Amino acid sequence: MGLSAVLCVGIGPAPVPPQTTAAVVAQKIGWAGDTGATPAEVSIVIDIRLPRVVMGLAVGAALAMSGAVLQGMIRNVLADPYVLGISSGASTGAAGAILFGLGAGIGQYALPVSAFLGAMGASLLVFWLGHAGGQATSVRLLLGGIAVGYALSAGTSFLVFSSDDAEGSRTVMFWLLGSLSLARWDVLLAAVTGVVAVGAVVLMLLSRRLDALAVGDETARALGVGPAATRLQLLTVVSVCTGAAVAGAGVIGFVGLVVPHLARRLVGTVHARLLPVTALLGSGLLIWADALSRVLMQPRELPIGIITALIGAPFLLLLIRRMYAENT
Amino acid sequence: MTQILSAPAVGERSPHPLLAARGIGHSYGRRPVLTGVDLQVRRGELLGLLGPNGGGKTTLLRTLFGALRPLEGTVMFDGRPLEQLNPRQIAQRIAVVVQEPQSELMLSVADMALLGRTPHLGMFSRRSSRDDAIAAAALEKVGALGLAHREVSELSGGEKQRVLIARALVQEADCLLLDEPTNHLDIGYQHQVLDLVRSLGMTAVVVLHDLNLAARYCDRLVLLDRGRVRADGEAREVLQPELIGALYGVGAERTAAYDEVPQLLFRRPEGAGDDT
Repeated sequence: MGLSAVLCVGIGPAPVPPQTTAAVVAQKIGWAGDTGATPAEVSIVIDIRLPRVVMGLAVGAALAMSGAVLQGMIRNVLADPYVLGISSGASTGAAGAILFGLGAGIGQYALPVSAFLGAMGASLLVFWLGHAGGQATSVRLLLGGIAVGYALSAGTSFLVFSSDDAEGSRTVMFWLLGSLSLARWDVLLAAVTGVVAVGAVVLMLLSRRLDALAVGDETARALGVGPAATRLQLLTVVSVCTGAAVAGAGVIGFVGLVVPHLARRLVGTVHARLLPVTALLGSGLLIWADALSRVLMQPRELPIGIITALIGAPFLLLLIRRMYAENT
Repeated sequence: MTQILSAPAVGERSPHPLLAARGIGHSYGRRPVLTGVDLQVRRGELLGLLGPNGGGKTTLLRTLFGALRPLEGTVMFDGRPLEQLNPRQIAQRIAVVVQEPQSELMLSVADMALLGRTPHLGMFSRRSSRDDAIAAAALEKVGALGLAHREVSELSGGEKQRVLIARALVQEADCLLLDEPTNHLDIGYQHQVLDLVRSLGMTAVVVLHDLNLAARYCDRLVLLDRGRVRADGEAREVLQPELIGALYGVGAERTAAYDEVPQLLFRRPEGAGDDT
């Protein structure tokens, strides 16, 4: 992963050799002396690429872990923050913050906080709809998620349409496609990485309960794990992580859906093993996808969501074929 | 290996029945499912819970481990109201084998058995080698140690029941509840599973559909119909042809197996017409 990060920092319209990247970073943290790198290279590495890669690592881990947790807790392999409408909720919240200055009183925290509130609102709504009038089934939850997701996307579009702020609208549209290009060494980056790190720790602490829940609600009860309470705890952490990811890089699909499948094939469904592997793979996928997005159509930059979808969709089809073949 | 599965912590000479339900009443919406149900589970006995579909067997079983809090009445565990224990404490004393719909879970048999440690492990505690040893001992006891590295989803129905029973043993509880463990199993597996439960010698309550199977393996039978206890006693007392015939709407006659265990034979429902 460290190697991946170093390589990815080097990739872009102005390539930087990996050894230079390593040297510049080493110098910055005081491990090495003169590096022989040009000031331009130092600037590219430290000011532009590195924050991007750090943001990519955090966002990738957050989305992938969220997907794994959601798939486990509703026992359906189609679940992820995007499908369940949680990403859409976060983007509605964030669009409100960008366009209408919601929560401007809390300054730079307005974006991540409103993204989180949007995510939490959407997930509670989805789970409330799923439970209304009886036992929640994963199909009901997924359908509820899709409905809420569409409604919130429409809400976001409406916000963009009704705003007079042309610059803000462009920012929102750009950001709805997902991009890491706005990452800087700023409060947002610190908040996102911090939130994701804390979220990962909390999820690891809850992992045993998630294991029980992944087998079934009645099994969870039999093992002394309250399904509803556990789901609410997990959902809160997932909403925080998804909110952070969306605040940091906009809406990026497929990472949360595809990565957990791959990780499960590698290490199985015990979440204490699954979550770290999922986080690593998600981070890796995202920084490589971001590196590709910088170079594929130089000098223009592709939205990263296009890359993740291009990688993710065929991969998912392959998984479905395999799964189907095994079951027959 | 087997002594790791420790002896019941509850005093053998406690004056209370291990589990007791008193005046349990419950309803879903306006439809009553249990009415004034009293049930005592004595130490060391294998109790069979029988009755027609919708008679309240599974609902009663769920109240016994606190998954469902009945609207009326109390469940006592070793002389203490169950609601005084939190879910984790209950899971340390009462282990349950429940049937879940098959999922695409990728879980090895060893991991499934280890799930039984959940009530004993706090949020911050790590799984120890002792936990692994307990899981291995339980798998050995049910004859599934050789399956440890297989995926649960690849197992046959009978193997899966063994693994679920192993998981319950891993909980090191004082008492075992089983909800229709013979469902979807062929006759050979049905006998194997109940023989296994019997051989554990634990206090256990098992919900069963097959009356003859229950007569063979259970020490005592309780017959529930429309939410009420209709009969409670040994097989020869409970399996009265007239009672069974009336409850299930079939004709029944009583016979006995080679070893005098009462068994029932069934005819077509009364008034359904003759073949002649």
